[in-house]
Amino acid sequence: MTSFVERRSLLRAGVVGLAGLGVTGLVPAWARTGSAGLAPAMPMLSGEDIHLRIANTHFTVGRRAGHAVTVNGVLPAPLIRLREGQNVRLHVENALDEDSSIHWHGLLVPFQMDGVPGLSFPGIKPHSRFVYEFPVRQSGTYWYHSHSGLQEQQGHYGPIVIDPAGHDPVACDREHVIVLSDWTFLHPHALIARLKAEGGYFNRRKQSLLGMIRGGAEESMSAADRAMWGRMRMDPTDIADVTAATYTYLVNGHGPRENWTGLFRPGERVRLRFINAATMTIFNVRIPGLRMTVVSADGLDVRPVTVDEFQIGNAETYDVTVEPVEDRAFTLVAESIDRSGMARATLAPRLGMTAPVPPRRPRPTLTMKDMGMGGGMGGAMGGRDHGSMAAMDHGAMDHAAMGDGATATGPRAAVAADRSGVDHGGMDHGTAQAMGAMNMRDKSLVPDGVKVGVGVDAIAMAPVDRTGDPGVGLDDVGHKVLTYRDLMSLTPNPDTRPPQRTIEVHLTGNMERFMWSFDGEKFSDGVEPIRFERDERARVVLINDTMMTHPIHLHGHFFEVVNGHTGSYPRKHTVMVLPGGKVSFDLTADAPGDWAFHCHLLLHMHAGMFRVVTVRPLDGGAA
Amino acid sequence: MRMIIGVAFIAAIAVATPALAQHDHQGHPAPVQPPPAEAHAQHRMEAADGDPHAGHDMPAEPATAADPHAGHQMPPPVPTETPPAATGHRPGVPDPPVRGPSAAASSGPAHAADAVFGTAAMAPARAIVRREHGDITSGMILIDRLESVLGKGRGGYAWDAQGWYGGDIDRLWIKTEGEGRFGKPLERVEAQALWSHAIDPWWNLQTGVRHDFRAGPDRSYAVVGVQGLAPYWFEIDSALFLSDKGDVTARIAAEYDQRLTRKLILQPAAELNFAARDVPELGIGSGLSTAELGLRLRYQFVPEFAPYVGVRHERAFGDTAAFRRARDERAGGWNILIGVRSWF
Repeated sequence: MTSFVERRSLLRAGVVGLAGLGVTGLVPAWARTGSAGLAPAMPMLSGEDIHLRIANTHFTVGRRAGHAVTVNGVLPAPLIRLREGQNVRLHVENALDEDSSIHWHGLLVPFQMDGVPGLSFPGIKPHSRFVYEFPVRQSGTYWYHSHSGLQEQQGHYGPIVIDPAGHDPVACDREHVIVLSDWTFLHPHALIARLKAEGGYFNRRKQSLLGMIRGGAEESMSAADRAMWGRMRMDPTDIADVTAATYTYLVNGHGPRENWTGLFRPGERVRLRFINAATMTIFNVRIPGLRMTVVSADGLDVRPVTVDEFQIGNAETYDVTVEPVEDRAFTLVAESIDRSGMARATLAPRLGMTAPVPPRRPRPTLTMKDMGMGGGMGGAMGGRDHGSMAAMDHGAMDHAAMGDGATATGPRAAVAADRSGVDHGGMDHGTAQAMGAMNMRDKSLVPDGVKVGVGVDAIAMAPVDRTGDPGVGLDDVGHKVLTYRDLMSLTPNPDTRPPQRTIEVHLTGNMERFMWSFDGEKFSDGVEPIRFERDERARVVLINDTMMTHPIHLHGHFFEVVNGHTGSYPRKHTVMVLPGGKVSFDLTADAPGDWAFHCHLLLHMHAGMFRVVTVRPLDGGAA
Repeated sequence: MRMIIGVAFIAAIAVATPALAQHDHQGHPAPVQPPPAEAHAQHRMEAADGDPHAGHDMPAEPATAADPHAGHQMPPPVPTETPPAATGHRPGVPDPPVRGPSAAASSGPAHAADAVFGTAAMAPARAIVRREHGDITSGMILIDRLESVLGKGRGGYAWDAQGWYGGDIDRLWIKTEGEGRFGKPLERVEAQALWSHAIDPWWNLQTGVRHDFRAGPDRSYAVVGVQGLAPYWFEIDSALFLSDKGDVTARIAAEYDQRLTRKLILQPAAELNFAARDVPELGIGSGLSTAELGLRLRYQFVPEFAPYVGVRHERAFGDTAAFRRARDERAGGWNILIGVRSWF
């Protein structure tokens, strides 16, 4: 079934692509501009039985025909509001001519309700129905989206807000849901085809000779460093695979010119529930003039931490509170990580008020750290093998102690420690010449299980824990940017058993061929699942050998991001691993079944960065 | 004998990547310590405004249940194993050893959902999910050069195009180039059909056949070549050709895109042709038979469309030059080029 919407408002707004996707006629009530916030009277879906219909929606913008995959005819999809402790039945009708599905992102559900075709269930066939039914065991900000094909890119995503069964520790006078996304008129397969033809196709802001002569923030790299990057066939300006060259960045379905506006009364505390539902865009979010207090991450409450800006990876959610006291408008800016464009919205006491939109900041340039060269010597030492890192924790700073630490984790670590010893003597960090001479694909740095083939163009030599870094391009923005180390769970972690084993997962890729994988193997290569014993406590170490930030999502679980706050680790379902960095998380594998584990940059997942995680035994089968 | 030179060229390209793979153990020992500046900066920042513990004091008024602006009601502070600020945020619990899964982890059914929906329903969906996560078939047609060739006493045209179709590793690769003069029949057309196999992140091994039309007698060749991206972003295409008459020739071409601005690109290009022995009926002499240097300046409106102007110098050497002179042709010369680069 198809509906047609004439997009006249967009015509008035100006040129398509500058004006953005003018989907006001398409947007659901909760996402309308001038929204006074989520109110009980607002049409949103709640209760025990919820009906959703997935269909194609065609619209025209001037002479340009657009096609979206929508839920109940709106983009973003309807807001689903639930209460912790209730049961919910979601009746989903697929009116498409192709398979579809809905994954409840971040919700703890039985595996057969998780909505990944071919893994948790067979998928929803064309013109058929599926009923999801599960108890709601949590509260917070979540979302839902298709896990079939690349329908999510075409509009198949929407927010979920779950109210706590008891008292909400976050008090506020008003709340808005802020769904960030990216829109292109290109079909997802056309996007992929361009990236396969030219890995840097959408990067229109590469370095140039004249740029170097002129100088400036985007071209400050020295000639020697340029040569070094060139020798490695790596582009230091390759921050995002898909950029504003084709994307319009949306807030609740509104382009920057349409300026989605959320209302407040001065003096109120306003809760903003941010959801990054973008296909390929990591956003930097800020509201000039307002400090934001982060109160929850990925749906779960954290100790309040006040920041000026935060980077939000695909599929992450952050709740922040703001307290505007002045009777004026504030611009909410979500710039894409490569700063080629931004989503823009306004918080204002009255509709029609606007505030200045800050100018685009210079495009960031990747650094040695992003290349996996660590952050100097400490990085080179602590980064590679866990044994020596443990040794460092205990204050041992000499090579002998490092060797001791390394032996604890077996021969490979010992080898790594030896090498790091050599490195200390031989490496001249920071000089382009030495870097260029190194082996960027040293197989001895990775476990035997990692296949260093065509799909792996680099292996990080000295990946470091970057949970204390704010994200690519945000080191020097002159104000406080959230880092993962700022996050502490509001409540003590439920499982404080120390992890019993480590699983190392390498995030690998080939930028030129647009190949993405875990441990060098695409899911389509036919890879083994990552297996956990039910209720085992394990540490997963994600090592990013690529030069891009990857938001990694594990279905069916929350994991504790190991960030130094033992016992109060933030619990997340999606974690960003910075380029050349690593992130450890502790997992209690308490959800029996098969679960998806993947990069939430959708085209990376589609290109192969996907794994199955199994938790066994099932204990009497599907619950 | 001289053919060895050609082989050596190709071999050099093929080993270019591993040749880079050497550590450079020069320099001097650096002090061993964690990155201090960064860690300190972090602490300063947190102390100033980002300290998670400061949450207790958020908001400004004391938090009471009755206060609607109370923010979080904080539980008693959670004891942390290691005070994060003091240890530079190192993980409190060291990483346990890397180990495979237990036997119990491998127990139970291979696919959990089969127990609920049946293998008959799940198996086809499983095949789809596998295909949709990595198995991408794609293709491209690149018209690298389509140009008017203007020079002394001649006006002609030339093209150089290629196309591929397939997955990440194996592709069908078609190449064609040729040239002619305006108002005359085509002078030379060359077409290759190759199987391209990725051998490392940047290089493809290509084998297949080539057929030449109209360049004297038609010839067919077996082809083996290496095409890819060399360090410093040089695009390299090299191949050895064995004709159906037993003649061995080789070619290596390189081009480099120098961005003057983000859209204006200067492309130097070079091509060398070699032959193992004279092939008089094709006008090819042994050794280095011809060389071509080009310089093209293109304006890339979009990546898919870039018109250009350029110059080219082409020259024959040795017996090849002699064959040309015998036909009253010049051994080489300059040309001005006007053309377009396009792909889709």
